[in-house]
Amino acid sequence: MAERSFKAEVEKLRLGAGADFGGEGILAVTKALLQAGVAYVGGYQGSPISHLMDVFSDANELLQESGVHFEASASEAAAAAMLAASVNYPLRGAVVWKSVVGTNVASDALSNVASGGVKGGALIIIGEDYGEGSSIMQERTHAFAMKSQIWLLDPRPNLTTIVDMVERGFELSEASNTPVMLELRVRTCHLQGHFTAKDNVRPSFTVSDALNAPVRDIDRIVLPPASFLHEVEKVEKRWPAAQRFIREFGLNEFLGAEGGEVGIIVQGGLYNTLNRALELSGLSDEFGNSRLPIYVLNVTYPLIPEEVQAFCLGKSAVLIVEEGQPEFIEHELNTLIRRVDGQTRVVGKAVLPRAGEYTGPVLRSGIEKFLKEFSPGTPMFSSHESPPADAQLVAEVPQRPPGFCTGCPERPIFTAMKMVQRELGDFHVSSDIGCNLFSILPPFNIGNTTMGYGLSSAGASAFKAAPGGKRAIAVMGDGGFWHNGLTSGFGNAVFNQDDNVVIVVDNGYSAATGGQDLLSSTADNLFRSTRNPIEKALRGVGVDWIKPLTRTYDVPAMRATLKEALTTPTMGPKVIVAQSECMLTKQRRIRPQIRKAIKAGKRVVHERFGVDPDTCTGDHSCIRLSGCPSLSVKPSTDPLRTDPVAHVDNSCVGCGLCGEISHAAVLCPSFYRAQIVTNPTWADRIGGGMRTFLIGLLQHRAERALARRAY
Amino acid sequence: MREIQSSSRRRITIAIMALGGQGGGVLADWIIAMAGRENYIAQGTSVPGVAQRTGATIYYIELFPKSDRPPVLALSPMPGDIDILIAAELMEAGRAILRGFVDRRRTTLIASTHRIYAISEKSAMGDGIANSEHVLRSATERARKFIGFDMEQVADRIGTMISPVLFGALAASGALPFRRESFEAAIRDSGIAVDVNLKGFAAGLAGESGISLSSPVIPSGPTTPAGRRLHARILAELPQPAHALAIEGVRRLFDYQDAAYADLYLDRLRAIAAADGADGGRALTSEAARYLALWMSYEDTIRVADLKTRASRITRVHAEVRALPEQVVHVTEFMHPRLQEVCDTMPAWVGRRIRDSKTFSTLLSPLFRNGRHVASTKLGWFVFLRFIAGLRRWRRGTLRFQEEQARIEAWLALVCDAAKSDGVAALELVLSQRLVKGYGETFARGLRNFDRILAAYRQVRTRPDCPALLRELREAALKDEEGRALSGAMTQLGLMVDAA
Repeated sequence: MAERSFKAEVEKLRLGAGADFGGEGILAVTKALLQAGVAYVGGYQGSPISHLMDVFSDANELLQESGVHFEASASEAAAAAMLAASVNYPLRGAVVWKSVVGTNVASDALSNVASGGVKGGALIIIGEDYGEGSSIMQERTHAFAMKSQIWLLDPRPNLTTIVDMVERGFELSEASNTPVMLELRVRTCHLQGHFTAKDNVRPSFTVSDALNAPVRDIDRIVLPPASFLHEVEKVEKRWPAAQRFIREFGLNEFLGAEGGEVGIIVQGGLYNTLNRALELSGLSDEFGNSRLPIYVLNVTYPLIPEEVQAFCLGKSAVLIVEEGQPEFIEHELNTLIRRVDGQTRVVGKAVLPRAGEYTGPVLRSGIEKFLKEFSPGTPMFSSHESPPADAQLVAEVPQRPPGFCTGCPERPIFTAMKMVQRELGDFHVSSDIGCNLFSILPPFNIGNTTMGYGLSSAGASAFKAAPGGKRAIAVMGDGGFWHNGLTSGFGNAVFNQDDNVVIVVDNGYSAATGGQDLLSSTADNLFRSTRNPIEKALRGVGVDWIKPLTRTYDVPAMRATLKEALTTPTMGPKVIVAQSECMLTKQRRIRPQIRKAIKAGKRVVHERFGVDPDTCTGDHSCIRLSGCPSLSVKPSTDPLRTDPVAHVDNSCVGCGLCGEISHAAVLCPSFYRAQIVTNPTWADRIGGGMRTFLIGLLQHRAERALARRAY
Repeated sequence: MREIQSSSRRRITIAIMALGGQGGGVLADWIIAMAGRENYIAQGTSVPGVAQRTGATIYYIELFPKSDRPPVLALSPMPGDIDILIAAELMEAGRAILRGFVDRRRTTLIASTHRIYAISEKSAMGDGIANSEHVLRSATERARKFIGFDMEQVADRIGTMISPVLFGALAASGALPFRRESFEAAIRDSGIAVDVNLKGFAAGLAGESGISLSSPVIPSGPTTPAGRRLHARILAELPQPAHALAIEGVRRLFDYQDAAYADLYLDRLRAIAAADGADGGRALTSEAARYLALWMSYEDTIRVADLKTRASRITRVHAEVRALPEQVVHVTEFMHPRLQEVCDTMPAWVGRRIRDSKTFSTLLSPLFRNGRHVASTKLGWFVFLRFIAGLRRWRRGTLRFQEEQARIEAWLALVCDAAKSDGVAALELVLSQRLVKGYGETFARGLRNFDRILAAYRQVRTRPDCPALLRELREAALKDEEGRALSGAMTQLGLMVDAA
């Protein structure tokens, strides 16, 4: 069950021609795929395009009705390989993933499909996770497009253009027998806007049609001599065909003023930011009437020499606004102008930063520098000096690193690890991708490296413990396990006789990407096969030492098992499968059930924790072993104590970790667990009443004695 | 050419800074829906990603009056260009100011002034809470208009999220050219928890927390003859600046033990006061009044059992977990008395005998290895806890009492001695008592660090920068649990690292 449900929004996908479609960018892309007659879709979730996968999932019925096959691929490589369906058949297919990491994983299949070329349109929708809010290394997908020769679309960020480019993307792919990438930046994926819908188109040829009439063309298979032919075909046929199509259908746009001594070339996705920067400088208006000519590259690869030359020649300089590095477009522009012996200066990274997101202020200052040098007469508002940073404010506003959610079942695993490290000393810990990576941040500060999704075990494989020496620990989520970890991690560890310890966090979902189901999910899923236990897979690849723990909140058991794994004389990989359901998803699952039960008058018990402020001394050891968002502090009401005391707020879900920690770490007796019985039975009430009465009597006596000896 | 305020500007830009789970997305959706109803084009976007998991998220919305030509709307907030900044927490308002999103000429800042503490603030070993004053002042100074009050408290009272209260405050600000009905219609149309959200909206619109800032509680005076006698002693024997804390100290020790114990406290405090030169404003006596009282009321099993079984405590628990009168509440305590704590509560000679005997320790330790779940609302456990609390009468004979008194005496002697030559160093020694707190491992660690600082004092007492060094060491002791910063600081100062 995914974190967000799009069941209601999915109905919008049925809108017909002329209707106004309002919604999020990813939903618009889905609609555009249906309008383009897509035959199959697949992909792997990950910010910023997780929701696109969720929309596909929630639209499964609609997709089936429309003859569209949807697959929640096991990895980006699996998704990319799906595009093989477009090699021999006129099938339009789309796959989606987070980039650049997903493209890295997919690159083997991508190279193959790009080499052989496609018959049906093949569209790869890329969520480019770059700049603010990104969770990955800052690299460009552009490099992959160039090296495999896949066309790269980077549309202006408004839904009409994006939807249009999806359709054009398929046509371009078919016209040039080349897969096409559609790049969407983080904010664009979450963009809420409008466009005018068209009717959905059923695929004229479906995947089952293809199976019933197989076609084989040995020239499309990457094996000599065809592979050499492919390269020639790429440069002699497909490239010119693509350029012809892009020019003919005007995919790139010429906006703003005509002529002038300087101009700007911009990646389509950055156009809106550019216009805002120009507007604030007095060089454009709210409708994009720029006083400078702008050449918008909705296709950033390949470039169209005729268009570039037409725009640049006659100008003394053009500014190329190209985010990220290396500045491939800038290099190419220089080459194109040099080839016709043009004298136009191409200015990009000389006035804009080489690294980092191109935000409004960054662009504004770049434009200012560019115009000052190359068109000093241009009247513009100078950007006002930003007031000096307020040092006191900088010191006082605390950072908010991401962390585990309230009641997260992964937290106790790291609590136990922290305690084991206190006992046995520090260990080398190889981290993975997913929620589990939050362990590297406070308060746990555990983890040395992360090498990619499902690669934590492999990331520790160089470490072979000397006899009696320390072992390395790797942590891997169930998402990583099924994505890659089973083979790269455990197959590798068994084969190479690793002696390390791996903790597999089995929380039932691909949690970090939004709670999508996996092979080992225990939830029922109409369209997928779930309940394939991780332990079974591990046994299958030859892991013998496996300890499943079915309640991660049991800190003593976790601690003891981890200690055993680290110290047992048994050689070979030692795997602890730590199983408890993702709390975020669990709460979403059970809350409506509880509400319903309470409404029906059923007896419901819920638990939460609390701290007695008069016994808490404000050391916060508990917080350093937990970091739970619901475990916070509040100023002490004790006139003598100055340190704030611990406090459990009302978001507590009663996971039990606080109690486990105060026991296991011998901390303090301030924690209590309250069991609150809603709709109590008669027995509850009579028992409760009697207890309250008797305890009340004793308390009354004690109070009187206390009053007698009081101040 | 200087930048001028463009009167032709039609767009309205809104940024929302919220934390995961605060309903920032819902608020953005309401604004977008409302704008549509008011004939505006609305474009919203956000940067969630990992920020969803407890981090800070920014939602950004641009509104534009419907027109024939489509406007070009931006996807990210630009410093100096934001009309309305909504912060769902005080430090997020601070962050908005730092990022340049709050402009003196343009920005209406709507912020809830409550705090959600960051992990760095929560996990500090002492007081890590950031100071809110400066953020509040900056908000007032830097915004065109600032609407700030504790909206979380309002939401809490109504039983809703903070988002409808913020939405109400937005309506109240008049920063949007929309009617109240449109705001309410947006909530209604979303169809989720409509009634309670409308209540939250109305409260936000009213723009007040509805809860007056409670004036500081004026502590009650003495209620017993013994109390009045000690009160008179405080007034007669201690300098005026120390009175307030001394009264609290006496009150606490009455509660903790009895009048005689409070007398002992005042005797000890008088000795400090005598050594306290008046030039320090009597800070030495005041702080000693605080830390001596805290140390003398050290938390032993007797004290914990007593506090856990009081009537006021049960009432507090019910309020804190928001139990309704018709619900039944069971409370379980997490106690982990080790053999150490059991010995502590025994008569000193017995306790010492068991603790120091290897045979006894090996035999008895396993009995106290695991923590206990003490169901304190069940009669059996309650009676047992009351029995433990009743051991108060024999507390003076316990092992722990004797050990703590010896430590206290040694500390006070050192303080008095220091005060003769260097009042500021004496004050630092008093303040170092802050490290001695908590239970079990925490207490042991604190005491270890405290001892190291006292030992360090003996090495640096003649140095003119002695007080500064002591402060530095105390701060280092509060840096990390392993004592690395303290060891480092001591090594750097050329001090012997081991207390022994």
